[in-house]
Amino acid sequence: MTDLHDKSLTELAAGLEKGDFSSVELTQGLLNRIAAHDETLNALVTITSDEALVAAAQADAARASGDAGVLNGLPIIHKDIFCTRGIKTTCGSKMLDNFISPYDATLVERLGAAGAVVLGKANMDEFAMGSSNETSYFGPVRNPWDLERSPGGSSGGSAAAVAARLAPAATATDTGGSIRQPAALTNTVGIKPTYGRVSRYGMIAFASSLDQAGVITRTAEDAARLLGVMAGFDERDSTCLDEPVPDYVAELGHSIKGLKIGVVRQHFDEGLDADCSVKVKEAIAALESLGATAVEVDMPNIDLSVPTYYVVAPAECSSNLSRFDGVRFGHRAENPEDLHDLYCRSRGEGFGDEVKRRIMTGTYVLSAGYYDAYYLKAQQVRHLIADDFKRAFADVDVIAGPTTPTPAFKLGAKTDDPITMYLNDIYTVGANLGGFPALSVPCGFVNDLPIGLHLVGHHFDESALLRCAHAYQQETDWHTACPEAFK
Amino acid sequence: MSLDKDQVQQIAQLARLEIKPEEHTELVEKLSKIVDFVGHLSEADTDGVIPMAHPLNVAQRLRPDVVTEPNERNRYQQNAPSVTDGLYLVPKVIE
Repeated sequence: MTDLHDKSLTELAAGLEKGDFSSVELTQGLLNRIAAHDETLNALVTITSDEALVAAAQADAARASGDAGVLNGLPIIHKDIFCTRGIKTTCGSKMLDNFISPYDATLVERLGAAGAVVLGKANMDEFAMGSSNETSYFGPVRNPWDLERSPGGSSGGSAAAVAARLAPAATATDTGGSIRQPAALTNTVGIKPTYGRVSRYGMIAFASSLDQAGVITRTAEDAARLLGVMAGFDERDSTCLDEPVPDYVAELGHSIKGLKIGVVRQHFDEGLDADCSVKVKEAIAALESLGATAVEVDMPNIDLSVPTYYVVAPAECSSNLSRFDGVRFGHRAENPEDLHDLYCRSRGEGFGDEVKRRIMTGTYVLSAGYYDAYYLKAQQVRHLIADDFKRAFADVDVIAGPTTPTPAFKLGAKTDDPITMYLNDIYTVGANLGGFPALSVPCGFVNDLPIGLHLVGHHFDESALLRCAHAYQQETDWHTACPEAFK
Repeated sequence: MSLDKDQVQQIAQLARLEIKPEEHTELVEKLSKIVDFVGHLSEADTDGVIPMAHPLNVAQRLRPDVVTEPNERNRYQQNAPSVTDGLYLVPKVIE
C-alpha cells in the first residue's frame, strides 16, 4: 500500500471500487506525505486534515451503502482562489489572510457532491497575478524537480503538489497560462477549458474576460474524469455557458487518426530554447505517427498577444480588485484618519508589489486621455489575434506547440524585471484572449527539467485536446517520471 | 522613463493605493517599463477593427427579477472588520 501516492486518480478510483483500500487509508497516507514534504515545497496554504478524514469516512460509508459518487473518496487539493465554506480562502494575499468564506464555489460544491475529499488549499501567486508563485504572501512554492527553481504560476502550489505525489489532482485557474505553464514546468497535465465552460461562481476574480477554472493531474484521463464533473451550466455565473458536456472519458477511446494539427510558425522562432524546440517537434511527430497530420499555420498577430494581455488583464483587475476596500471583508488598516485614508492604507498594506503594479497599470490604461491609445487599441488587437486563431481553425482541429519558452527558471531569476516574467506567457495567452480551450501535456526533459507540449482547440472541443494528450500518453512515459526526492 | 513620479502618484491616488516614499523610484521604473512594453500595440494596424470585449460572441443572460437568495447578513458580516447593529462601520464621513 506504500505506492498509492504514485497511482493516478483513475487507478485509485478502481482500487476503491474493488475494496483494495479505503478512502480513509488513502487520505491518511496522502496527509502523511503532505506532513513530510510540504515544509520543503510550501505547496499548501491550509491543510484540512480533520475535514478530510471526516469526508473520507463518509465516502467509505457511502460506498458501503451503495451510494458512491463518481469521485467517491478520491483526494484532491483546491487552489486557494476557490471559496470553501468555513475554511480560510486567501487567494495568496495578505488582504484575505483572515477571510473565511461563507459559501462554497460551484466547482467546490460539484466535486464535493461527487465524493471528492479535500486535503487542503494550494499556494498561488497573489490574486493569481504571477508566473512563478513568487508573488504569494505565503512565500514561493518550490519545484519538486529542483528546489532552487520555480514551479511556475500562478497555480504553482497545485502543480507542485500533484508533481510531488501529495495528491493525484488539484484544481487550478488560468487567466494567461496559470494552469498550463506550471503544468509544463512540473511534468503534469493541465487543462484550461473554453471560456464559460466551468462555473466561476466563488472563484475570486482577476480578469473576467479571460479567467477560467480547470485542473492539474498527471494523466489526461484523470483530467477528463474531473472535467466531466466540473463543466456545465451554472445559473449563478452569468458568464457560464449552457453548452452540452460530452462524456470526456468515453471520448478518449476515439482514435486521433485523421486529426489535423496546426503548427504555428511564429512559435518556433528565436524566443524558444533550442532543446525545447527539438522535444516539442518530436512530440508533434509522435502524434503524426498515431495518425494525425501536421501542417504549418501562420498567425501574423500572435507576437502582440503578450502586450495585449498586459493591457486587458490589468484593466480588468483594477476594476475587480476595487472591491477590496477594508470595509466589508479583508485587511483593514489601523486607526484610519478618514475614509480616504482607510481605503488607501488598507489597500496599500493588503496588496503586494505585483498586484499593486497591475492595478496601477490597469488604472492608467483606463484613465481619461490614455483609454483609446491603450485599452481600446488592445481590444482591437485582441480581435486580430482571435481572427488569427479562427483562420487557423478553419483548416485544423488542434494547434500544437511549446507551452513555455524554457524549462523551469531559478527562484529570483526574473523578479527584477516584470517584462521578462511576462514573456513566460508568450505561447499561452493567445488561448485566453480568444477564449479557446488549451492543455499542456508532459513531452520530455531538457537538462533534467520537464517541459510541456501545448495544444489549443476549437471552442468547446476540450475532447480533441484530451484525446490527443491521452493517445500521446499511451505511447510515452514522460508523465510517469517522479522527482527523486518524492518517490 | 515614460512615466514620472507625479504621474505615478496620480495613478496611485486614482487607484486608492498608498505608496510609501521608499517605493517610488522602483515603481516609476517598473511601471514605465510596462507602459513602454504595451506601447508596442501602437504598431498594429487596427483601422476599422471592432474592439473585442468578450471572447465568445454571446449576449449576457437575463434572469427574472425575483428574490432568490435568503438574507444571511449576520453570517456575511462575520468577515467584516467592524460592524454594529448589522451596519458596516467606517470613519466619520460627514462632520
